[in-house]
Amino acid sequence: MLRLIFFVIFTLVFTPIAFIPVAFAVEPDEVLADPVLESRAREISRNVRCVVCQNESIDSSNADIARELRLIVRERLVAGDSDAEIESFLVARYGDYVLFRPPLNVRTLVLWFGPFVVLILGAMMLFFSLRAHHKKTVPLTAREQSELDRLLSPKTEPDTKQNGEPRE
Amino acid sequence: MTTRQVLLLLPLLGVAVLFGYFFWGLTAEGRDPNKIPSVLINKPAPDFDLPPLKGAGVPGFSRADLSGTISVVNVFASWCVPCLAEHPFMVKLGQRDDLVLYGINYRDAPLDALKWLSKNGNPYARIGVDSNSRVSINWGVYGVPETFVLDKTARIRYKHTGPLNPGDLEKFIIPVIETLKAEEGS
Repeated sequence: MLRLIFFVIFTLVFTPIAFIPVAFAVEPDEVLADPVLESRAREISRNVRCVVCQNESIDSSNADIARELRLIVRERLVAGDSDAEIESFLVARYGDYVLFRPPLNVRTLVLWFGPFVVLILGAMMLFFSLRAHHKKTVPLTAREQSELDRLLSPKTEPDTKQNGEPRE
Repeated sequence: MTTRQVLLLLPLLGVAVLFGYFFWGLTAEGRDPNKIPSVLINKPAPDFDLPPLKGAGVPGFSRADLSGTISVVNVFASWCVPCLAEHPFMVKLGQRDDLVLYGINYRDAPLDALKWLSKNGNPYARIGVDSNSRVSINWGVYGVPETFVLDKTARIRYKHTGPLNPGDLEKFIIPVIETLKAEEGS
């Protein structure tokens, strides 16, 4: 039973994550000379939603506004902004929605922890229902008990079929 | 019904509640995933100073111009087909004397914008040219057209994403303007 519970939990937690191929839209003229800043820019851009083509990041979108947002990200990096400052710059204009990874705050608590609560509740329900199912033993009726006694008691009559061979 | 039977119905009930929630999420007004709720509602308009569209005959405008009157700011472009569709409603708004209508010309070629305005009429009291969309980004604009209604302290009070369809003017924009006028009066 315990093994079953573990099996259920493991399949849910470790379901393979699909890796989606990503096409990049960053054009050569946008790329920063400083490779460290550029890689930070790429990292930030991947978490910023292109607001017109909502399931693409600005890193992979060819929309004009995505390009403009990529340029803004890079300009602010060059100006010395931290990653968090750039994210809050964008959030101040477009809301939390602009980030693919929603920030952890009071409004997103259910979003972040709801699935784990449901998982734990489900595991508990499974555990208790399996245990209840296991414990339930019905006592034998008088008839079943006497039949069992008869079968288990040492034989009194010789069985002719089994001991059919004549003995010396 | 025994307790056991009631317990057996619980999962069904749970699923029904979940389906109800999903149905609401998919159909309720204001839950269209293509319409990002603006975080700028009730916030002061961002600072900006936009140059005029040369040849249009109206000046450009800046943040300072928005104070003192109720203003409607419409983001438009000549290449934007829905903008043409909502243009008659902009003309109507431009004729009102209880507000000032501003236009932000978004990522447009100046000559195309001029041609578009002379063909369809210019309803805007002032037009600011936002060729690289930087000012529009500060306004949280992510497409054209978008329409903002501001009170006379230049605070953004309403944002309409997408074109004004027939009826939208009466349903959304004018009630906001009336509310703002009532606030002033009190």
